[in-house]
Amino acid sequence: MHPLDREAEAVISPFNDVIIQTVCRILIPFIQIYGLYVIAHGHISPGGGFQGGVILGASFILLCLSYDIHETKKRLSQKSTLIFFSLGLIIYSGIGIICLVLGGKYLDYGQLHKILPVNPVEARSMGIFGIEVGVGITVMAVMISIFLDLASEGEQKGELE
Amino acid sequence: MNKKESLNRVEIIIGKYNYWAYILLMMIGFYAMIGKKNLVKKLIGMNIFQTSIILYFISTGSKKGATIPIVEQVPGEAARAIEAIQYINPVPHVLMLTAIVVMVSTFGVALALLLMIYRKYQTLEEDEILRLRK
Amino acid sequence: MIVTPLFSAFLIIIMGWFKKSLCYPLMIIALSVSTFSSFANLESVLSHGTLHYHLGNWQPPWGIEYVIDHLNAFVCVIVSGISLLIGISSKRMVEKEFPEKTVYFYCLFILQVTGLLGIVVTGDMFNLYVFLEIASLAGYTLIAIGEDGAPFASFNYMIYGTIGACFYLLGVGYLYIVTGSLNMADLSKILPSFHNSTVVLIAFAFFAVGVAVKMALFPLHVWLPDAYTYAPSSVSSLVAPLTTKVGAYVLIRVMYTVFSPSFSLQVIPAGTLLCWVAAVAVLFGCILALAQTDLKRMLTYVLIAEMGYIALGAGLGNRNGLTGALLHILNDALMMACLFLIIGAITYKGWPRKIDQLTGLHRKMPVTMAAFVISGLSVIGIPPTCGFFSKWYLVLGAIDAKQWVLAAVLLISSLLNAILFFRVIEKAYFKPVPEDSHGGQDKIMAIDEAPLSMLIPVLLLVGGILLLGILSGKIISKVIQFAIPASL
Repeated sequence: MHPLDREAEAVISPFNDVIIQTVCRILIPFIQIYGLYVIAHGHISPGGGFQGGVILGASFILLCLSYDIHETKKRLSQKSTLIFFSLGLIIYSGIGIICLVLGGKYLDYGQLHKILPVNPVEARSMGIFGIEVGVGITVMAVMISIFLDLASEGEQKGELE
Repeated sequence: MNKKESLNRVEIIIGKYNYWAYILLMMIGFYAMIGKKNLVKKLIGMNIFQTSIILYFISTGSKKGATIPIVEQVPGEAARAIEAIQYINPVPHVLMLTAIVVMVSTFGVALALLLMIYRKYQTLEEDEILRLRK
Repeated sequence: MIVTPLFSAFLIIIMGWFKKSLCYPLMIIALSVSTFSSFANLESVLSHGTLHYHLGNWQPPWGIEYVIDHLNAFVCVIVSGISLLIGISSKRMVEKEFPEKTVYFYCLFILQVTGLLGIVVTGDMFNLYVFLEIASLAGYTLIAIGEDGAPFASFNYMIYGTIGACFYLLGVGYLYIVTGSLNMADLSKILPSFHNSTVVLIAFAFFAVGVAVKMALFPLHVWLPDAYTYAPSSVSSLVAPLTTKVGAYVLIRVMYTVFSPSFSLQVIPAGTLLCWVAAVAVLFGCILALAQTDLKRMLTYVLIAEMGYIALGAGLGNRNGLTGALLHILNDALMMACLFLIIGAITYKGWPRKIDQLTGLHRKMPVTMAAFVISGLSVIGIPPTCGFFSKWYLVLGAIDAKQWVLAAVLLISSLLNAILFFRVIEKAYFKPVPEDSHGGQDKIMAIDEAPLSMLIPVLLLVGGILLLGILSGKIISKVIQFAIPASL
């Protein structure tokens, strides 16, 4: 067996401690709700898309650390990570391009009032919120993907075969 | 005259301590990037270097006695005039948010590169890698 | 124009699930759209003047502004045109070298082009840093996919590149705390009142060093030979001509637009220092290129010498010198793209890269070798190729500034380049083929030319080299003349 595999085994399957697993199982949904709060309150309190995305990603990494890595892959496979990643980016670019199509400049949220029934000022704040959501999803997907790749030492196959 | 000059010198050293802190961090990071032989230590040095720049930017935006740049507003209330001078400068914070994202992504790419190097050479010391490449 | 490559990068990933063969046409479409829009931009800039585009409809100096003036439009056309040509030719090479990762490769390729175009177009200092990092990160990853020494060379490149980008960021920070603005046009109005302050001088120094790392100017060029030699062929033909040229564009932009020319050349002797460093870079690159046995590595040292030429022209500070530098950005991009593509074609066909083993190549790949000869002539600087005209203007500029040593350096380096290229041409054309490997000299060797998708861009680039040489006068009078600030 390749010498790296033995070390990888030791890292990936840790001590199956009951306390850690129970605590993490309870905490992770709260962490995720907190992450969603941070994304949504980006323009009133410290926070925003990137920070919320990191917190969401950290919740999945906590799952990886406390349980086996295969458990996490059962819940969020490589393919769905890629779906999230592309979805977030499409939201981000899509909002920008919709603004472009509606007659303004790129990322000019004020034009959004032509399709949404709100006045231009609120359209700006909603545009910012949409961008934050897109960024948050992307960052979460990237964090999880980086960690999974590094933890399994690159033995994941890309599922685009 | 001498006392005034020495007072000025002390003022430079103590009054602008944020700049000294950032220079110290930057030099530590720089030394680690260049002087150390292990690739992971170089990477950590790079991280320290970038963090020091972020520290510098944010420290230039702070004012004495000012508060964080978030306007408290009840939703639905009409906008009130705010005095900009009471809040610390938010522009460096926004710029540094982008810089932190860049730092994290550079770190991620660097770690992936280190994985590739390790898988190929079974070591992460620079001089051994150079020897193996000859 | 920038949005299209960005958006298509994500579409490519999604498309890769359904049908792998659709990725390549999508990439070509995206790059063609960019090229056409950059030509259209050039047209409108020539007729109407500078274009301004306010991102998000926020007025500058609060918002980010994209400014396209003559200098910008010129470099933009170069970047998008060459990336389109190389994108066309990369298909075969990518499929041969790493067949299971083509989708990721195209995605990274387009992200790199996005970053480069963004650097060229933006009018805001911090936005330039963001795009600089996007382009650099995509570059690090692309280079690391290559052969043996690639990950380590890419790691070295990453450390150097990050230091350079961080110095640039420090320069932006220093300027911000002095002036309070990040917009380039705004800075050029506010800065003249601060000419004597230490902060501005240090900001200039940080900018110069940071951009010099990206541009591979003499003392900071160490990352270039390793990184570009070990990169896969399709990557080095994209990255090599463009990244360093865009770095040179940033240098010219910072020196002449943000800090006005009088500051850069008279208050601090930046021009003189830059000239001397560039002269050393030129000689150094040429001399070290002579010592190489690997063809690709030799070309990377020639690239360092070429960047020395551009820096020399930028540092001279008179009209002729800057004209030569800008013209050389165009010419060098074409020449280097052509040369690296030729090497890619040679490697694709299975030939080794050592110069000694290139014998008989002219019989097997005649068109490719003819293109190599023409590109080599352009590097040396023989009319009517475009290389001659840019060197002509550089020498004129050196004579105008009464720097006889620099003019002599330019001429000597042309001689050294001649020695370099004729050595390769001699090996490929004139050495007799060894008898044992081909079973007799009178058997006609089949012409085993590179596939068409790689040949056509090479031929287009060669045609461009010749054509643009003849049209140089027109290009200068229409485009470059307005790109130089009026006070020179």
